[in-house]
Amino acid sequence: MDIDDGDFEAGGSRITWPGETITSSQAYMRGHGTYVENEEVIASVAGTIERVNKLITVRAIRTKYNPEVGDLVVARITEVQPRRWKVDANSRQDAVLMLSSVNLPGGVQRRKLESDELQMRNFFEEGDLLVAEVQAFFSDGAMSLHTRSLKYGKLRNGQLVTIPPILVRRLKSHFITLPCGVDLILGLNGYIWVSKHVKEHEQVGEEGFDAEAVYSNRNDLIDESTRIAISRVSNIIQVLASHFVPLTDTLLLEAYEWTVENDTDAKGLLSEDVGTALVATITARG
Amino acid sequence: MGSRVEILNDGGFRSDGRRQYELRDITIDLSPQGVADGSAILTHGLTQVLVSVFGPREAKMRSQTMHDRANINVEVAMAAFSTGERRKRSRGDKRILEMAATIKSTFEPVVQTSLYPRSQIDIFVQVLQQDGGLLQACINATTLALANAGIPLLDFVCAVTGGVHSTSPMLDLTLLEENDIPHVTVAVMPKTDKVTLVTMETRLHVERFEEIFRLAGQAGKVIHGEIKRAIRERTERLVTSMGSSTRVHGGEDDAMNEY
Repeated sequence: MDIDDGDFEAGGSRITWPGETITSSQAYMRGHGTYVENEEVIASVAGTIERVNKLITVRAIRTKYNPEVGDLVVARITEVQPRRWKVDANSRQDAVLMLSSVNLPGGVQRRKLESDELQMRNFFEEGDLLVAEVQAFFSDGAMSLHTRSLKYGKLRNGQLVTIPPILVRRLKSHFITLPCGVDLILGLNGYIWVSKHVKEHEQVGEEGFDAEAVYSNRNDLIDESTRIAISRVSNIIQVLASHFVPLTDTLLLEAYEWTVENDTDAKGLLSEDVGTALVATITARG
Repeated sequence: MGSRVEILNDGGFRSDGRRQYELRDITIDLSPQGVADGSAILTHGLTQVLVSVFGPREAKMRSQTMHDRANINVEVAMAAFSTGERRKRSRGDKRILEMAATIKSTFEPVVQTSLYPRSQIDIFVQVLQQDGGLLQACINATTLALANAGIPLLDFVCAVTGGVHSTSPMLDLTLLEENDIPHVTVAVMPKTDKVTLVTMETRLHVERFEEIFRLAGQAGKVIHGEIKRAIRERTERLVTSMGSSTRVHGGEDDAMNEY
């Protein structure tokens, strides 16, 4: 089964599976998700074939998160080690957050001292959730994160939703505010943080911002309507993910409006026919 | 013959009405089970197996970490209600440990573990119903679950049990047949015709072996067709449902380029 150039141009969504010959290795180069045997490029995962000039890659439809430098991720601390935290970021191995790549409370700029090393657990403890950016990779492929921005740091006032990473698209901004009083952080690793909206003037770096609260473990008071909105948004994300619909802010907004129009509560969303109706409506719109 | 069940009667039929080379019904369910990265429920006739795959993920045990490739960890559990007589097997049961080791060694040359240094791939096999051909069902279900989890495989591994009744070979044995006649399980990679596993627990005449071995290899291709179809259908479904919403929001791609 040989492929002409034309086959790749047609939308590029040709499907393949492990052990399937894609093309000859003399005319093309093998990329991710393929291997070469007997001068043939053969797929090793199930997914869609993509071609860039002479490079053939297969993009797996369901797989672990593949980090790239600059990606925004939501992650959870698994271990505190000397000068570093081990962080679960839904990748093939735990990420590393160095003590030198976090901000000190109060935003003081200085070298990290031994005293900082001793109070690492005051910054992040096992089980804490945080939002960070992929900074670099180690030689074994493990990623190194950093939280050296006022936008990044410990997460509170909300709940975590996990979806397949392929469903999170790269957007201009991964911090989304929905009009229903809910903030969203779409981690590219498939972890999504749904939380109470922080008012503009109370945001980090502004006047009303409490610098010491960056590493706080205590939730703010969340009123009932916000709690309902948060669980509604979380359930919408779960329903969309179960129907394998990629997330975008417009889609989420439409879905939220649909649930309000149809007077569906958060719990009702999870029933199968309501979920199917929701997905059918919002994917048909446009 | 009275009440005694014939393995193969004069008309060429087996106790469950199949012909000599006929395989049992295969059903495959690839829908996600719980939080597993990939899972599959496979039935061969009345034998039913659920496999969940987690990973590649951070190796939980430091001693098992390998710096140049991923470690494959297989755990098999048999439901107490899966056999005729209700019996609970502990996880340390010799037979279960041996089966786990067999599955592990079958997949080690097939999974591209060198792509995931210092990681671990967990394969949890849960046997729900047993009616012969247990190892074959476990291997086929594991192939499906691994492919479903997006773990790179050189090829699908397809396993079939073959046996011989006096001089006539048979395929895909039920428990009744397995108890009575010598049998062998063969796992093949159909693309290259490589064999990754041949295992026997009974004595088989050496002159009969070649014939059964060859037949099982051919039957592996039939199973391969089923596995391939299931994976293709699921991938197609997921790609379409992802595509249906990107078409609506066509502007997304432009935003991506700017980013």
